[in-house]
Amino acid sequence: MSHAARRALALGLLLLLGFCLPALLAPWLAPHDPAALDLAGALEPPGPGHWLGRDEQGADILSRLLYGARISLLVGLATVALSATLGTAVGVAAGYAGGAVEQALMRLVDVLLAFPGLLLAIALVAVLGPGMVNVVIALTALGWTGFARLARAQVLGVMPLDYVQAARSLGAGPVRIMAVHILPNILGPIWVQASFGVAGAILAEAGLSFLGLGAPPGTPSWGAMLSDGKSVLMEAPHVSLAPGLAIMAVVLGFNLLGDALGDWLDPRRSRE
Amino acid sequence: MRFLVNRIVWTLPILAGVLTLVFLLLHLVPGDPVDLMLGENAMAADRAEMRAQLGLDRPLGEQYLRYLGRTLQGDLGRSLRGGGPVRTLIAERLPATAELMLGAMVVGLGLALPLGVLAAVRRGTWVDSAAGGFAVLGVAMPNFWLGPLLILLFAIRLDWLPVNERGGLAHLVLPAVTLGTHLAALLSRMTRASLVAALGEDYIRAARAKGLGEARVVGVHALRNALIPVLTVIGLQVGALLSGAIITESIFDWPGLGSLLLDAIRARDYALVQGCVLVIALSYVLINLLTDLAYGWADPRIRRP
Repeated sequence: MSHAARRALALGLLLLLGFCLPALLAPWLAPHDPAALDLAGALEPPGPGHWLGRDEQGADILSRLLYGARISLLVGLATVALSATLGTAVGVAAGYAGGAVEQALMRLVDVLLAFPGLLLAIALVAVLGPGMVNVVIALTALGWTGFARLARAQVLGVMPLDYVQAARSLGAGPVRIMAVHILPNILGPIWVQASFGVAGAILAEAGLSFLGLGAPPGTPSWGAMLSDGKSVLMEAPHVSLAPGLAIMAVVLGFNLLGDALGDWLDPRRSRE
Repeated sequence: MRFLVNRIVWTLPILAGVLTLVFLLLHLVPGDPVDLMLGENAMAADRAEMRAQLGLDRPLGEQYLRYLGRTLQGDLGRSLRGGGPVRTLIAERLPATAELMLGAMVVGLGLALPLGVLAAVRRGTWVDSAAGGFAVLGVAMPNFWLGPLLILLFAIRLDWLPVNERGGLAHLVLPAVTLGTHLAALLSRMTRASLVAALGEDYIRAARAKGLGEARVVGVHALRNALIPVLTVIGLQVGALLSGAIITESIFDWPGLGSLLLDAIRARDYALVQGCVLVIALSYVLINLLTDLAYGWADPRIRRP
């Protein structure tokens, strides 16, 4: 790994540490109750006692930010865990089975991918209603397709290889071949995709919450905090600043990690 | 010709799938959509009327066939909130979204090409690192943060640019930059990578050997070939632009399709939600089809299976 790549990975890990630790330790780190409202102190600028200031309801922004990290982490990990499991299973099955099964599964993926970006998630949350569980459902409905395409392509690559043919000629059944012989050999790129996927899911959750379609009112989601901040942009820009920086840092961290994982798995990629 | 027909036939099942999924959307509503739209205390007669208007009183199969029939004739139904035909409402908003996306593409390319070319030509210098830094940050920066920051700086503090209405070119600047920055970040990396690759090719050595100046070598010979993959990425990014436009329109109160969709969601106007989702998805499929056909025309190698 080159010097620059190692530096990028170190920065990524540092950012993720700075995200995961507060998320895990929020109840102990937060100086105030994130839900404690005090209209008398509304929009107070940063200063001693409230290091990042207070929002329009007088809640402490630093505390909300710390608790918000839990929401982002939870949604990001849950979405990617579900998407990766479902998508990989579908992709491996499609690639292994071939024929009509593969056609049917992959056309379904194509149809879902015909909805650009967040549109499908927005539409699903619109009909299911807001709430974190529905956000994870909507983002999974969107996210598994990428894993399915990737896994299928990987399976097609390893199917003709000797070890798969050997397992088959030794009489191994399809489930055993897929689970024991194929899956472990295609996991690398899936981990890379998962790292980018967490970044994408965190960004998407924040986007949905910004639009008022994600977190229920009062939840300290970073996207919802940005949405609150937008309405008081003129008098209190500090409300918008911190959650935006937080989202960017986390997304940057997972992207750098994904890049580093990709380079590590496929050193040719990092070459100029 | 065969490529053309194949590609169009390939699109048909996708279109059918999109139509079906949008139809099913209304049936995913937990509980009774009529209750959600009218409230629990609505009169029984009003409910029955709404149910009939939505066709929910008929069997699912019949609802589906009717929906297909009228959608294929271009009839997207009527807004449930009395706003008139969905098709008219959408048609009124389409130009604003098209304008925003076009503006974002101009910003994306306008930033990405100079940055990418500079980074490639000055590879390994601070210029290259700075362009790389911009790309990494631009990809990670959410547009629903960039937008408010730009408003704060250029509209509130400096008072240079207007916000919150559609008007002349000045009104387009901030929304277009908000939507186009992500694209610019991606494209600048792509331009750099493909220009670096192109500069190593034999025809570049030949051009230099002929005694051509560096500007001509890079600007004409290398860049022209390097742009093909960049154009491919633009085609792929149209989807991201479309969904980014929804958020950007909400930041700037831009009167496009995205705002219409969000208003419809807030008003629980499911007919309008369905119409917007359908039109956005269909335009995406159509744009993809057109881009593919354009590549096939530009690069004969793609036409062969």
